Amino acid sequence: MYEIVGRKSMGEGINLYNILAPDIASKALPGQFIILRVYEKGERIPITIAKTDKNDGTVTILVQTLGKTTHMLSELNVGDSLADVVGPLGIPTEILKFGTVVCIGGGFGIAAIYPIARALKESGNKVISIIGARSKNLLLMEDEMREASTELLVATNDGSYGTKGIVTDVLKELIYDKKEPVDRVIAIGPVIMMKAVSDLTRDKSIKTIVSLNPIMIDGTGMCGACRVLVDKKTKFACVDGPDFDGHLVDFDNLMNRLKFYKEEEKASYECHIKEHHHG
Amino acid sequence: MDEVKNLNKDNSLDVKARLKIKRHEMASQPPEERRRNFKEVPYGYSPEEAMEEAKRCIQCKSEVPECVKGCPVNIDILGFINLIEKGDFLAAAKKIKETNSLPAICGRVCPQEDQCEKLCVVGRRKDTPPVAIGNLERFVADYEAKYGDTRITVKADKGKKVAVIGGGPAGLTVAGDLCKMGYSVSIFEGLHAIGGVLMYGIPEFRLPKEILLRELKVLEDMGVEIFTNVVIGKTFTIDELLEKKGYSAVFIGTGAGTPKFLNIPGEELNGVYSANEFLTRVNLMRAYNQSEYDTPIKRDKTLVVFGAGNTAMDAVRTGLRLGYEDARIFYRRSRKEMTARLEEVHHAEEEGIKFEFLINPVRFIGDENQNVTAVECQRMELGEPDESGRRRPIPIKGSEFITNIGAAVIAIGTNANPIVPKSTPGMDLNKWGYIIADENTGRTTKRGVFAGGDIVTGAATVILAMGAGKKAAVSIDEYLRTGTW
Repeated sequence: MYEIVGRKSMGEGINLYNILAPDIASKALPGQFIILRVYEKGERIPITIAKTDKNDGTVTILVQTLGKTTHMLSELNVGDSLADVVGPLGIPTEILKFGTVVCIGGGFGIAAIYPIARALKESGNKVISIIGARSKNLLLMEDEMREASTELLVATNDGSYGTKGIVTDVLKELIYDKKEPVDRVIAIGPVIMMKAVSDLTRDKSIKTIVSLNPIMIDGTGMCGACRVLVDKKTKFACVDGPDFDGHLVDFDNLMNRLKFYKEEEKASYECHIKEHHHG
Repeated sequence: MDEVKNLNKDNSLDVKARLKIKRHEMASQPPEERRRNFKEVPYGYSPEEAMEEAKRCIQCKSEVPECVKGCPVNIDILGFINLIEKGDFLAAAKKIKETNSLPAICGRVCPQEDQCEKLCVVGRRKDTPPVAIGNLERFVADYEAKYGDTRITVKADKGKKVAVIGGGPAGLTVAGDLCKMGYSVSIFEGLHAIGGVLMYGIPEFRLPKEILLRELKVLEDMGVEIFTNVVIGKTFTIDELLEKKGYSAVFIGTGAGTPKFLNIPGEELNGVYSANEFLTRVNLMRAYNQSEYDTPIKRDKTLVVFGAGNTAMDAVRTGLRLGYEDARIFYRRSRKEMTARLEEVHHAEEEGIKFEFLINPVRFIGDENQNVTAVECQRMELGEPDESGRRRPIPIKGSEFITNIGAAVIAIGTNANPIVPKSTPGMDLNKWGYIIADENTGRTTKRGVFAGGDIVTGAATVILAMGAGKKAAVSIDEYLRTGTW
């Protein structure tokens, strides 16, 4: 059992959890993920690690409530435990001195980009981070991201903070209008955002890394559920990734594969909510 | 019947009389019933049936009986059958457990027809089938679980710790044997439950999980420490186990594990599964019980499984039980080349599974949502034998045809899982990525590290992995006693 030792609501149905998992905390590197199961009959879901603390042995994750599993998770409090947590899985993000790196986080993808931005800055890169949210009060981890970056740019859909628009608007302005020389872009967020970022950087031939989040079961290369098409070849996101070259990823295929169980997920969530509210 | 019983009392049945007794097949759930449920297919012997079947053994006098020569874990087959004949089932169970800690599993999933029963002297005669050794093993294991005491007390007095990577058949065997020798053993399992392929791969109707858990509990009660949710190569490395965690030796039994795909267009469509994914959803995650468990699985009209090994049989029969109206096997060779156990093929056919031979898929076709709706295949003919010794299938030009499907399962084998090999410097691999280990000792090229099962041989059987585990346990003991590598 893996105890929840910290929990914070971040708004928009997003919660932050500190989970006691010392073995994972001492090993995890930026870009890696865990797989968790809330209870013994639950499904296994992959979640990127936002932070680790080797001293207190905790792993921090941000989770958005979208279905039954994440809803059950959202109802757990400090002192409750998860049935299973395994990791750190996947190949860590490549951290080298590249020069100028743009780190883009959309939605709760900000949690995943945060440790990467920090490690890149520590390795001597100029890190320009771009994060986005619908509105100012929904922006995640702004202070952490500011500290982890050389420069932080913000986009909000309603224009309440930073640039009015989405993260790709800010990126476009940066590389097309300001002509900032960029050596690498790393983008984590909704598939549609990673696709848009990759399309923008392709013309500029800026190497772009994206972190993919397909449906997974074991997370160790055993089942192949998480296979993605990269350069028209089959890759397993769990052991070959989760980072891939954004210019080679077939994002449409990924979006379709993510939708495969939508009906079942919806039914399961509705059933759960119904049972939940009627005792 | 009475006459036979009387004869049996003084055990004086002569060979001629023994050979006259017909082989007892186990009573089974009728095909039309079992094809829609996940309950085990055979019911198992009654004590009377077991005793009658045991009488068919002619108790060969040779030093090592033929049947034992065919057993990868050297069970004293003659000895345990003799005890069954005498009606001492609990002693028979103990006899098996001298060499095999997982008899209820082996009795169910071993390919006995290629091992002990293949060499059985009775079976070699023209008109008499071999003694049903597997059925008898299964019977005594189940009998002991019901009426006996399966606990084994051991004393961990060797003062040394051994780490076992992977809780599948090879690892469980090593762990059990070393524990009995007095070592402290820890199993590290990547998934949330141990058992390996016995847990995620072999379906409930062939090996009820309850039976697996029962045999696993015996190990746990013996003192084997089990750590689930630990992926060696990620959570810890083998070097850390040896250098920092106080383990004196490591056994790697991580299995083959990574599924092969066909590499044809459309394979990325929704509804095209690897056999591992399909079976893991249903077995490990229990998606067949959708009212209680959360992991989803689709149910549709037509399921086609590509391949003809045991995994393909498990997948296609699972599909039928999930509710697919039409579950079929497509195989690129002919019936003769199928690698599945005959019994499994027979069970599948009884249940209404259609087998279509000399068919090779060339592409999957999907709808606008990228869900698979059809597969295009071509017909094949058999040419000269290939490197596997089987006749090579060759496409027939212009024979392409399209079959509408709701889902496809690819069961054409596995490759080596790279996680442990890649994270273990100093351990040599062969060109396919499997670990190089001595066949008799399991020693790898890295001091203190042993390996066995599918991660060494490539995909094989449960019992061969167990056999490799037995040999490795002996040589781990030798290494820990002598310190020589």
